[in-house]
Amino acid sequence: MIEIQGLKKYFGHIRAVDDVSFSVARGEVLGFLGPNGAGKSTTMKMATGFLAPTAGTARICGFDVQAEPVSAKRKMGYLPEGAPAYPDMTAAAFLDFIAAIRGFDGIARAKRVAAAVERTQLAGILDQSIDTLSKGFKRRVGLAQALLHDPDVLILDEPTDGLDPNQKHEVRNLIRSMAADKAIVISTHILEEVDAICTRAIIIAKGRVLADGTPEALEKRSRWHYAVSFVTDAAAIDALQAALGAHSGVGGFERIAGEDGLAMLTAFPRAGAPMLAELGAIARASGIRIDEIREERGRLDEVFRTITTASQAA
Amino acid sequence: MRNIWFIFKRELGGYFATPVAYVFLVIFLVLASVFTFYLGNFFERGQADLQAFFSFHPWLYLFLIPAIAMRLWSEERRSGTIELFLTLPITVGQAVVGKFLAAWAFVVLALALTFPIWITVNRLGDPDNGIVLASYVGSAMMSAGYLAIGSAISATTKSQVVAFVVSAAVCFVFTVAGTPIVLSFFSGWAPGALVDAVASFSFLTHFNAISRGVIDLRDVVYFVSLVAACLFVNAAIVELKKAG
Repeated sequence: MIEIQGLKKYFGHIRAVDDVSFSVARGEVLGFLGPNGAGKSTTMKMATGFLAPTAGTARICGFDVQAEPVSAKRKMGYLPEGAPAYPDMTAAAFLDFIAAIRGFDGIARAKRVAAAVERTQLAGILDQSIDTLSKGFKRRVGLAQALLHDPDVLILDEPTDGLDPNQKHEVRNLIRSMAADKAIVISTHILEEVDAICTRAIIIAKGRVLADGTPEALEKRSRWHYAVSFVTDAAAIDALQAALGAHSGVGGFERIAGEDGLAMLTAFPRAGAPMLAELGAIARASGIRIDEIREERGRLDEVFRTITTASQAA
Repeated sequence: MRNIWFIFKRELGGYFATPVAYVFLVIFLVLASVFTFYLGNFFERGQADLQAFFSFHPWLYLFLIPAIAMRLWSEERRSGTIELFLTLPITVGQAVVGKFLAAWAFVVLALALTFPIWITVNRLGDPDNGIVLASYVGSAMMSAGYLAIGSAISATTKSQVVAFVVSAAVCFVFTVAGTPIVLSFFSGWAPGALVDAVASFSFLTHFNAISRGVIDLRDVVYFVSLVAACLFVNAAIVELKKAG
């Protein structure tokens, strides 16, 4: 439903977006990740037709956003960065205006607005002017505006920025509840959000796509993937490391000193293969007292850091 | 049309949601009266017409209309709402026309609120109300010209101050195009046809023609085509800004 082909954007000599391609199908929630200034927002602005690309095309439900902008825009809901809204309007008047422009009249308009208000829990503040609203409410007014016409495509630039943890939770639930019959793109730099709601993630830095896959696939790139951690007596840690080091699958160790004379030893795999059972057996055979064994999960934040800093060094 | 109407309604509502509208209306009415009675010597002239009132309109518009026009696009760009606005399913043309019409409706409202002076002159004497009506129409058309210039300039910048100053300067040039201030700049080197062409751009010339009571097609065509050209440029600027 969203097809991005070879998008490029130059601002003078600065390459803000450099050959970005991806597509998003119905039912997918794509997380668009990247450090600040990576080109996330610029890509979204081009996908929604607000900026014209230097090269490449963006299609929404088959409509080229440059050639057939009105048809494309009808199919999508967009929350721009910072959730801009007319500050001197009340939330109710603002949503009514959006619904009118979206082609709803009379009772249908009132119903649409009411449904969007309910989904984003704005009922209490409808008669306040938007510039008196808190950051969280402003963001939700922006969300209400984007999903008011129940679009096939939702493009949300940092939908949870500025929300408190409860509100974040609600917005994530909202996005998850809509995900089945829409194509959704959210940009974020909060990695837990990707785990929480995205079916796919793209990591972008310096305007280029560096990774594209499910959150699990990205986690597998982490050196923590299949690593095994042991909690044991600090005194016994050398012996444990020596015993585990005999296993051919172990590529390295890391230690963290803990409290009460305990320490944690983590064995990293040489090749990405599971070794929990084997290392557990070795540890038991060695007779060293082990307080806890666990298999680590891949860490998205580490993958993110590795990928994006590698590109910066290049 | 539908979209233009909703944009128009939102924009016009926007004026009255803040003190801007009321401040503008009061200042417009006060200045219009001050000019009429003190500079125009309304009473001393001893004539039952509104010449003293209308002759100052170009100068009044010169700085009050850029003040209305400056926010049309600059404010949207500065506050970021333009990104929301232009990603709605509307064309740029609808956006430009809707905004322009809202601002014009507001100026026409301000103009209409000067009706007490019309009542006054009818009480005091027996004016030619046809001329008065023609002058009102001419004044409204002239205000549309100023507004369209201001709107196009507002689209170029996110600073309202810059929009105001540049609009006022450009409007000044258009106002006095028929006077030596501008013509002497051209007459030294330019061919006579060009000098005549520049002179024919003068708001004053066309407005004075209408306010004599004759709504000449040429004057109407002048203002209508000026507005159309400015709004076209306005839309082109908005499109061009998309290219970043």
